[in-house]
Amino acid sequence: MISRDDVLRVARLARLALTDAEVETMREQLSAILSHIDALKAVDTAGVEPTSHAVPQFNVMREDEPRPCFPVEEMLANAPDRAGDFFRVPRIIEE
Amino acid sequence: MPATIHELTAAYGRGDTTPSRVTEEFLARIAKLDDKIGAYLTVTADQARAAARASDERYRQGRPLGPLDGAPITLKDVFCTKGVRTTCGSKILESFVPPYDATVTERLAKAGCVMLGKSNMDEFAMGSSTEHSALKVTRNPWDLARVPGGSSGGPAAAVAAGLAAGGLGTDTGGSIRQPAAFCGVVGLKPTYGRVSRYGLVAFASSLDHPGPFGADVTDTALLLGAIAGHDPMDATSIDAPVPDYAGALERDVRGLRLGVPNEYFIDGMDPEVEAAVRAAIDVLKGLGATLERVSLPATPHALATYYVIAPAEASSNLARYDGVKYGLRVPGHDLIEMESRTRAAGFGAEVRRRIMLGTYVLSAGYYDAYYGQAQKVRSLVRRDFDAAFGRVDLIVAPTTPNVPFKHGEKADPIAMYLNDVFTIPADMAGVPAVSVPCGFTRGGLPIGLQLIGRALDEATVLRAARAYERATDWHTRRPNVG
Repeated sequence: MISRDDVLRVARLARLALTDAEVETMREQLSAILSHIDALKAVDTAGVEPTSHAVPQFNVMREDEPRPCFPVEEMLANAPDRAGDFFRVPRIIEE
Repeated sequence: MPATIHELTAAYGRGDTTPSRVTEEFLARIAKLDDKIGAYLTVTADQARAAARASDERYRQGRPLGPLDGAPITLKDVFCTKGVRTTCGSKILESFVPPYDATVTERLAKAGCVMLGKSNMDEFAMGSSTEHSALKVTRNPWDLARVPGGSSGGPAAAVAAGLAAGGLGTDTGGSIRQPAAFCGVVGLKPTYGRVSRYGLVAFASSLDHPGPFGADVTDTALLLGAIAGHDPMDATSIDAPVPDYAGALERDVRGLRLGVPNEYFIDGMDPEVEAAVRAAIDVLKGLGATLERVSLPATPHALATYYVIAPAEASSNLARYDGVKYGLRVPGHDLIEMESRTRAAGFGAEVRRRIMLGTYVLSAGYYDAYYGQAQKVRSLVRRDFDAAFGRVDLIVAPTTPNVPFKHGEKADPIAMYLNDVFTIPADMAGVPAVSVPCGFTRGGLPIGLQLIGRALDEATVLRAARAYERATDWHTRRPNVG
């Protein structure tokens, strides 16, 4: 069972603004889902290696050669806000 | 109008019809019927006509690009298409226009396919009914009151209703095979890494598999052949030769060893599904395959494992939607407020739930108990398949435990998740699996047979599916949508 505080902490980590009603719904639903997932804790996995990918992963390298990249205008075309050749965001550092 | 791609392209070759004529017929059907079905989010009529004209010209010169030249297809709206908006079924990407094509988009275009448009899906591919699309309702062509399955419900419904001759979807927990079963078409999830993920909007990167939908097994094999193969743009892409899938289809299944897993015939499954699948297994036996009981004991844990790993990866992948580089932005007085408001407004309820769940299981103090343990149980699921494939060549099972349900029937998230109980294990092990039509309920709803094979052995999966198809006529039935 997870608490309201857990929900608020996770929502902040996940950058999700929730209304009070949404916090309560989320708490109930996450608790219900986690109670199913908790069954995993009883599975004996002593000595079992974790699988991160179904196909074993190796570092994939390529030659360090310059390649064409996307034009700045195309990359900025979907930006909600821009200033010159940059993405514009709300002020982070106070003056 | 011929129903399959291989019939269409053969007809082009004989000069009986042209890609332009067929493309116009499909566009007219979409205009007439898609209000009812809701398969498409974007119809790209002008581009389709231009691609069809180019294809006409190649046939006129007697130099078609291959067996897919002029094939009218649809892409799930999860694949980037240069200059054509790609929404992923989400408000947060509703007006996103990609500056590049996904590898699979490009490969189908190079094979001469004519893209009719982008089709609907559960938002960010999270769901089993397409009801989580933030943009549109898609209906099952066999019964408009019911869901087409998901998350690739749009392309599956389009192929079933004759609004596209073939399509591409993605399968993370069953999102190709389950809608294929629900819509009465063929859907294949290839081996992980067999088909490039470059240009696919990411959900759970270790589980996302792009793959084809076809009206029959031959079309599915042709589409797989076009999209499979190494791609340097995807570090998880497998560098292995691509066999001629369509060329090897017609060999028989005599002596092929089929494993029937106890864990895929469970209490609570629809008895009509069980009866149809058992009858289908008997058909394969009648064709000379041998049957053996196998056990995949970790199966009951697969669902819970999936609901740790997939949300964890999703919470990380979806962190990129921050209102800065693309997509929706809702203003806020500082960066965190802007991001938090943007994401609250842009993501639907299911996506928010999974982001929360994923963030929770990865957060300090919970990582080992949830994510670490889930990755170990994932190893047990893989071991089950490895052990089974030491004794048998294929595993035969139902695709889903039930038949298409009604819109709104599975409002409880866990009831929805249970739909994927038979499809999730193959995603976790990364092995190829197909769903083929194997019958109908008394009420006329389609049922899917699932064939699961060894890694990189799509050829055997498809050959057995084709042998079954040759012996039955389920795949020739089409819903009456007007």
